[in-house]
Amino acid sequence: MNETVNKTPSDPADKPIIEIIKMHKWYGDFHVLSDINLQVQPKERIVICGPSGSGKSTLIRCINRLEEHQRGQIIVNGTELTNDIKNIEKVRMEVGMVFQHFNLFPHLSILDNLTVGPIWVRKTAKKKAEEQAMLYLEKVHIAEQAKKFPGQLSGGQQQRVAIARSLCMNPQVMLFDEPTSALDPEMIKEVLDVMIDLAEEGMTMIVVTHEMGFAKSVADRVMFMDEGQIVEENNPNDFFDNPKHDRTKLFLSQILG
Amino acid sequence: MKKLPTQKREYLAPPITEVGFIGWLHSNLFNNWYNSLLTIIILLLFWQLVPPFFSWAFINSLWNSSAAECRDIDGACWSIIPRNVDFIFFGFFPEDQQWRPGLAMFLLLGMVFYSKDRNRWKKSLFVYWTINLVVMGTLMYGGVFGMPVVETAQWSGLPLTFMLALFGMVAAYPIGVLLALGRKSRMPAIKTLCVVYIEMIRGVPLISLLFMSSVMFPLFLPEGVTIDKVLRAQAAIILFTAAYIAEVVRGGLQAMPRGQFEAADSIGLNYSQTMRLIILPQALKIVIPPSVGILLSAFKDTSLVVIIALYDILKTTKVTLSNPQWTNYSTEAYLFLALFYFICCYSMSSYSRKLEKELHTGH
Repeated sequence: MNETVNKTPSDPADKPIIEIIKMHKWYGDFHVLSDINLQVQPKERIVICGPSGSGKSTLIRCINRLEEHQRGQIIVNGTELTNDIKNIEKVRMEVGMVFQHFNLFPHLSILDNLTVGPIWVRKTAKKKAEEQAMLYLEKVHIAEQAKKFPGQLSGGQQQRVAIARSLCMNPQVMLFDEPTSALDPEMIKEVLDVMIDLAEEGMTMIVVTHEMGFAKSVADRVMFMDEGQIVEENNPNDFFDNPKHDRTKLFLSQILG
Repeated sequence: MKKLPTQKREYLAPPITEVGFIGWLHSNLFNNWYNSLLTIIILLLFWQLVPPFFSWAFINSLWNSSAAECRDIDGACWSIIPRNVDFIFFGFFPEDQQWRPGLAMFLLLGMVFYSKDRNRWKKSLFVYWTINLVVMGTLMYGGVFGMPVVETAQWSGLPLTFMLALFGMVAAYPIGVLLALGRKSRMPAIKTLCVVYIEMIRGVPLISLLFMSSVMFPLFLPEGVTIDKVLRAQAAIILFTAAYIAEVVRGGLQAMPRGQFEAADSIGLNYSQTMRLIILPQALKIVIPPSVGILLSAFKDTSLVVIIALYDILKTTKVTLSNPQWTNYSTEAYLFLALFYFICCYSMSSYSRKLEKELHTGH
């Protein structure tokens, strides 16, 4: 009963970078994700919204195997996620993730937070990794803080560092798990601005967020999830102006006031 | 917008009872009637105890005399220490060879002091330690450069205590960390093995382990094979301490938020990199205070080797006291030992506090 709209902005001949086919997930007895089908084209920007507990975070956490799915297939950049640790590590190298609570490494300086991945996973030389890290720090407007520790920065600054840390791995896809939910209102904009820059550069992005303004201006597709299913998906104009499903209407009326 | 006229405001000095020495007295010693009463009682006790102790320990005491001279005084006979220092420190090590353990201990303390600076924690430090340990071992055992062989059974006193303690701590720590990781492992065989080991060791006293190592263990060895007694005691101490370290480290691992593991996973670090670079540096820092507690008790527990007839510094002191000449001066001897243990333990714990402060990154 999914009212999926087959409409992709990019050339349909493109090979999807993420392909999720008939995926199910259970937490113990609880059927948290049910029959998820999703194809993401390169450079596509997808926003997922929905009430809390609808499984939207769990869905994107399955894409880099922070959560395990029990049935169906998830194929990222041609690699299928199975129990094979080699495949999981391969996928994680290509998929960056930004968390709600930043999850920076508090014992490492900002610069070391950014270089630990490139040095140990990509085997980049230390000097080169640091140069690259400084470039990304400049990109998120925080280069002057490179020598500080995460505990000395504000929430918004920490989240921008977290984005830069993911970018340092040169990922093909970026996942954002409610990146602004833990921030004070005046810091939300600085993080969203960085994400908008990233979108304009053509990064493939999947963003779980309640920032509907961001969804309207940036997303190619908006998806609404409820009770572990993708209830509705559409381009942002139609999604917000003309929602089809009752649950979507109710959710939008609550969130947009 | 109309600006409010700035008002000149007077800054008064606080009342005399709140600041300076009088303020300190008031807030710490006499802030209410029962604290005032306690302060007075404690002052009276001090008055009763300190002057007599002072005159016993310093005024009426002898510092370097024969035992016979000590019999004529009321004060402390500290002479027991300098007159028996050779035996207390080096025990049964042949007297004409005692410069060897002396030099070895000097090297050891030198290395310890050298290693205190965190900037020196590099690969070269490891090399220096290895070289030093070889030199110290050669000095102690001999057999080369015309130094006669001294069997480990004759090693006693300070070198034995320091050796058992140092190797006990240094070897137990990494084993303990591995055990803690094993106990958190998802592989059932490894996990069970670690749990059984930790719980078994923690379930028995160190004394029984030492007995096992010295009495029972040799029975299981094939005929003709012997393992050095000091080495067996050393192994028992390491295995015992490791189990306790393991539980403390496990506590630190459990205190790590899940987000740290997830962040490490998401940038593609594998298990050993995640542990080595992200989790352990933070977890071990959290557990510095309880680990130091365990290391301190490991240091003091080395004195238990006396029950398998090894002569650590406590036992050599006791042997000195069994000499009829000195037998009356046990208070002085034990006070000296207490001071020795206190200096060692206190320097360890104050160093750990310094380390904790240096590793703090403001979160």
